[in-house]
Amino acid sequence: MIAFLARTRHPGRTDITDWLAWGWAILGTLVVAIPIAWAVISSLKTEAEINSFPPALVPRAAQTITVEGQEKPLSVWIRTAPDGSEQTVALVRRIGLSATVLDPSKPEETFRVPVTELRQLKEFHLQFSNYTEPMKQFDFLRYLWNTVFVTVVATVLTLLLNSMAAFALSKYRFAGRNAMFALILSTMMIPLSVIMVPAFMVIVGLNLADNLWGVILSTVSTPTGVFLLRQYMLTIPDDLIEAARVDAASEFRIYWRIVLPLCAPALAVLAIFSVIWRWNDFLWPLIVLSSPENYTLQIGLSSLQGQFNVQWHYILAMTVVTLLPVTVVFLFLQKYITEGVASSGVK
Amino acid sequence: MTAPASVAPPVVARGERLGEGLDAVMRVAEVPMAALQRLLGAARMPYVFILPNMVLFTIFVFVPVGLAIAYAFTGGTNLLIWERPYVGLENFKALLDCGSYLEPSTCRYNLFWTAVHNTWWYTLLNTLGTLFFALVTALVINRLTRGRGFFRAVFFYPVLLSPVVVGLIWQWFLAREGLLNGFLTDWFDTRIIFLLEVGWSRLWVVYVSIWFHMGFFMLIILAGLQAIPRDIYEAAQIDGTSQWRQFWCLTLPLLMPNLLVVTVLLLIRSVQVFDEAWVLTNGGGPGTANTFIVQFIYQTAFSPDLRLYGLASAASVLMGIALLALTLSQLWLAKKAQV
Repeated sequence: MIAFLARTRHPGRTDITDWLAWGWAILGTLVVAIPIAWAVISSLKTEAEINSFPPALVPRAAQTITVEGQEKPLSVWIRTAPDGSEQTVALVRRIGLSATVLDPSKPEETFRVPVTELRQLKEFHLQFSNYTEPMKQFDFLRYLWNTVFVTVVATVLTLLLNSMAAFALSKYRFAGRNAMFALILSTMMIPLSVIMVPAFMVIVGLNLADNLWGVILSTVSTPTGVFLLRQYMLTIPDDLIEAARVDAASEFRIYWRIVLPLCAPALAVLAIFSVIWRWNDFLWPLIVLSSPENYTLQIGLSSLQGQFNVQWHYILAMTVVTLLPVTVVFLFLQKYITEGVASSGVK
Repeated sequence: MTAPASVAPPVVARGERLGEGLDAVMRVAEVPMAALQRLLGAARMPYVFILPNMVLFTIFVFVPVGLAIAYAFTGGTNLLIWERPYVGLENFKALLDCGSYLEPSTCRYNLFWTAVHNTWWYTLLNTLGTLFFALVTALVINRLTRGRGFFRAVFFYPVLLSPVVVGLIWQWFLAREGLLNGFLTDWFDTRIIFLLEVGWSRLWVVYVSIWFHMGFFMLIILAGLQAIPRDIYEAAQIDGTSQWRQFWCLTLPLLMPNLLVVTVLLLIRSVQVFDEAWVLTNGGGPGTANTFIVQFIYQTAFSPDLRLYGLASAASVLMGIALLALTLSQLWLAKKAQV
């Protein structure tokens, strides 16, 4: 049964293991896609629809009709009379098990029918206000701006500082070089979860608590980035640098004008990773940031979910907005990301 | 400053493409750095290059590591280390004060031991589960003749999502009014409030973690699979070896070093479980069924009514020791795998 675990392929012949492999791949794709698709579909439903059960597979909304003599638009229902005939009616009000309805073509005549005879008419409807309302009601735009700010500034600083360190480590011989490289690599072994209390004290000591710079500065130096760039810079021939030195270029100019442009592929990989890391960061911003106007998207989103009255239609819309940038980045740069992960073993 | 065009023509061309604006910015940065070089001498420039990184690492990693140990030996609720009284091993004694380590309710800090127990079970199930699914998926993808890149991308995609997004998506999927309960009602006429039942919620926390991180480990295993030379299999096929035997006698042994590294990496990650479980279970619930060690540290230190920084640091130090042991064994295994 588990013979599909074997690896070899028979060219030109399909056997049971090929079918099992395809089955696994397609089933797995569904397992990955369905919860995400469900969140996207649900994010376009009205509040009433999202709380109704069993859930509908497509976003719908109650069909309404404006009738003369009635202030508000009325919802449209189908009434099945006891004799089996069907009739379209508009619901005026409902009291217990009986409902007052009217025939839209004769708006002055209302009559009472049992609720059991009524079935609501719903039509396909995408509730885009789920996306626009949170922008007005909550500080959602603020969260978005904070996250973009943190992501962009931290990524630029990461690229700059990590490449400078990588340049020193790969293109110079100086006392303490290997020790420093080992120290930088050793920070890979120290996860945030182990040092979060004293790291927060340092932030408080630097007067950066509840400040976006407190989130940014502590994440700028990454051992992964230094390592990745150093390995890449080692492949750049030293002759190039020597030639520039002969032409009296300053050391910084060599880094800035020669090494950095040549590192573009490695810088691109690090930039992609950095954007995704910073966009998704959770525990550290959760510790550092305390007032809502400084929240990042992730913190804002998780704090909304913890509130007493959970407004899922808004939460899901904001979840979709939050996963969108990462998805777009992945769609376009999928190859670089998977290859970067496979070759460096980081994520 | 004139650009030495003779140095590297392609580089200069690339620089030109970046545009005039950037060029001006670059020139502005060069002037003070060149002045600095005249002041210090070219030999000291590498220190200038590495300095910002080392400063940040020192402030945000090395100093906190030292402080974490110092905190663990102090008491009180003051955050600043110099205002905290020294209490010796008191925090460790309090954490380790237990009637029986197998029964959290007999411990002085039963929440810590509940968290340890939860983390232990989570680590075991998550490691085995992820390893199984990542291995099978890697084998399947490696075997596919078409659509390999597509499926690799699909399985990897969840890795890039944020823990909050993953927690919320699954919370909605498993909700009272969620899709899964919709199907359950249709087929079995029953509803389960998954995240409010101890057993179910624990199972789903592990499942969601596997769903979330499996693609990362799949990629690493896939890289290992692709490094196995093809001709070994051709030879086995000529000998008439069955596929099942090929897997057990060729693929698995050749992949073993890779799998060992993946296993230890999984253990290291699992011990630190926090983000997605915290969002998915609304803070470790129901009750304390999904409270893990990192959550215990976070709450003990940062809950407004606790602020027990010393106790939290003591727990951090204990977890750090466990992680260090795992990391060292990973390095050892990785070194062995290369030989």
